[in-house]
Amino acid sequence: MKSNSSSSSSSSASANLNPNSNITLNHGAGGRQMQKFINKIIVDKLKNGILERLDDCAVLALENKKRIAMTTDSYVVSPIFFDGGDIGKLAVCGTVNDLSTSGAKPLALSLAFILEEGISLDTIEKIVSSIATTALEAGIKIVTGDTKVVERGKCDQIYINTCGIGLIDDDIHISSYNAKKDDLVFITGPIGNHEIAMLKARKLLDFNFSTISDVAPLNTKVQTLLNKTKKINVIKDPTRGGLASALNEIAEHSNCEIYLFENQIPVDLDVQAVCEIVGLDPLYLANEGKLIIIADPSAKDAIYEIFKDAKHIGHIKNLHHDIIKNTNNKKCGVYLETTSAGIRKIGVLETTQLPRIC
Amino acid sequence: MSIQNNTNMNINKKDKIALIKRNLEKISKTSISIMEVCGTHTMSIAKFGIRSLLPPTINIISGPGCPVCVTSATDIKTAIDMAKMKDVIVATFGDMLKIPSQGDSLQNYSNVKIVYSPLDALTLAQKNKDKHIIFLGIGFETTTPLIAATILNAHKMSLTNFSVLSMHKLVPPALTAILKNPEHNLHAFILPGHVSVITGSRYFNFLKEFKINGVISGFDDLEIMESIYIMVHDFENGIFDIKNNYSNVVSEDGNQKAFKTIFDVFEIDDSEWRGIGIIPGSGLKIKGEFANFDAIKRFDYKKITIDEAPGCICGNILLGKAKPTECNFFEKHCTPSTPIGPCMVSSEGTCAAYFKYFL
Repeated sequence: MKSNSSSSSSSSASANLNPNSNITLNHGAGGRQMQKFINKIIVDKLKNGILERLDDCAVLALENKKRIAMTTDSYVVSPIFFDGGDIGKLAVCGTVNDLSTSGAKPLALSLAFILEEGISLDTIEKIVSSIATTALEAGIKIVTGDTKVVERGKCDQIYINTCGIGLIDDDIHISSYNAKKDDLVFITGPIGNHEIAMLKARKLLDFNFSTISDVAPLNTKVQTLLNKTKKINVIKDPTRGGLASALNEIAEHSNCEIYLFENQIPVDLDVQAVCEIVGLDPLYLANEGKLIIIADPSAKDAIYEIFKDAKHIGHIKNLHHDIIKNTNNKKCGVYLETTSAGIRKIGVLETTQLPRIC
Repeated sequence: MSIQNNTNMNINKKDKIALIKRNLEKISKTSISIMEVCGTHTMSIAKFGIRSLLPPTINIISGPGCPVCVTSATDIKTAIDMAKMKDVIVATFGDMLKIPSQGDSLQNYSNVKIVYSPLDALTLAQKNKDKHIIFLGIGFETTTPLIAATILNAHKMSLTNFSVLSMHKLVPPALTAILKNPEHNLHAFILPGHVSVITGSRYFNFLKEFKINGVISGFDDLEIMESIYIMVHDFENGIFDIKNNYSNVVSEDGNQKAFKTIFDVFEIDDSEWRGIGIIPGSGLKIKGEFANFDAIKRFDYKKITIDEAPGCICGNILLGKAKPTECNFFEKHCTPSTPIGPCMVSSEGTCAAYFKYFL
């Protein structure tokens, strides 16, 4: 189970969880409200030593000491076709990438459709073809599935659920709990493209820009990287809630301070421009084909070799800045050195920027 | 945030900022409280981490500069009541949606539509002839000319299903009210660059009589640091002056054509500010000749005064008397997803900026 967020900076904030309140879009936005909801309503009743780790995938130890990774994800993106991808491609990539965050080699995928009465067969065929192409690219087999049809209006054309399992090599220990002091923080390419592409797909802006979704399977590259170096401690895909929320989750899980350099964080020109026009912050935009990699400095060259667009954006450290020392006793958190050399806090996503982006 | 392949530009700027930082440490000897009165300045200061670059003698306070934050509970209640009316569409800038008033807010009404420009509200009116479109007019001297032009357009088009709920405000009466408050502890203002583009720099010369410093400033980190330096320098040398540090954009006279458009359509009125109360002559109401476009007159609405949420200190925050961290609700019950006061609702509000960026 994933929450893509953390409560590191304000655990006491209320999150509308009194019995009389209803689910809002914020409960699925990948931010603070979603995390509170998952923790208080779901995990509390179901916790078992594995679920409550809230990593992108669960790691299960088998009797022969082998470990498998397991994850599941549902896809409700609207519209179902967008520049750079579609709901089918997203359904394969999202799950495969979640498996990759544990260093697992993806083994098999399940595929479940919920279809709305009236959706055209042509549309479904297109989506299945896209699933086939993406599964081939990722080198993963779809081995089981399910199909349900609901009455018109009960869902929006098509929803997809996938579950993935993968095998973890004995010498791989990657998790959001494993960041270590002096590790370097990398992002594998420019951020925000998927969410901005969704903004465009919904025709919410009436000007032209070239951004397309970055949705892509990353498992092959991760495996190549792990063949070169074992010094990778954390891998995380910054989807809903963006880089900021994902890093906050890592900071909380690993109980560390993450210190970023604003001028090293890559953002495409179009994404930057759209963000400035509509008032979005790229740090909180969803990505579907990027990874945060936190690694020992010795892994730097291998990362650059495999991920050509990767940037070293920060490091794990205990920050000794006066303001932080005086007013904030918490150990974990994400801090940004701005382009002006000022320092500010990077919090978790608070409210939805755009709903149903994945 | 770096734009790809564009990092060199920042190096030079960073050096300049570092130089100003060192000089400020050298010259700032006496404690100085500087208030900014523009939501965009609030966010820039927070976003660039400006406070972390300043010596402890310099205190930056956020004043009543965000138009959403200064909108009173009474006005929000008025807007909600209008949204409850039959066959009405309320068109508004998005930030207004979440402001609570008596446990309700505009986001609970499906006939409230977000627009990015008041002209979009006119389009709504043309497309929905069977509905009446009420645009929520908020903003200072920067935004108001656009609303005035929209009303003039509607008049020209003889639109009969469009009106504006005017909650517009003027900056100088608010600054005067703050300075006349015996409890104020201010030495300087970072003056709003956008407002000054319209009004011209001389609009703020009235501040000189209060023996206070003011600098009209741009919005990037270097411009803000420069402006702070100018104010601290003048303050340390016993100089009281109003200076324009945004002169490539702001002229002495401003855009008089746009400024005058305001008074073609609006006339000065008293206005209620969130947490401050009624400030005489600080608001703008629609003139009698455009009464058809005045939502209050059109629907013969009688405003009911609503008290602010008890315990919320947004008023004191807007006056620079308190910091968000001094509020009992801050980060506990009042967050951007569960805001109590307007300073947390608006993305440009002081509390939202503190919540999001402050260390």
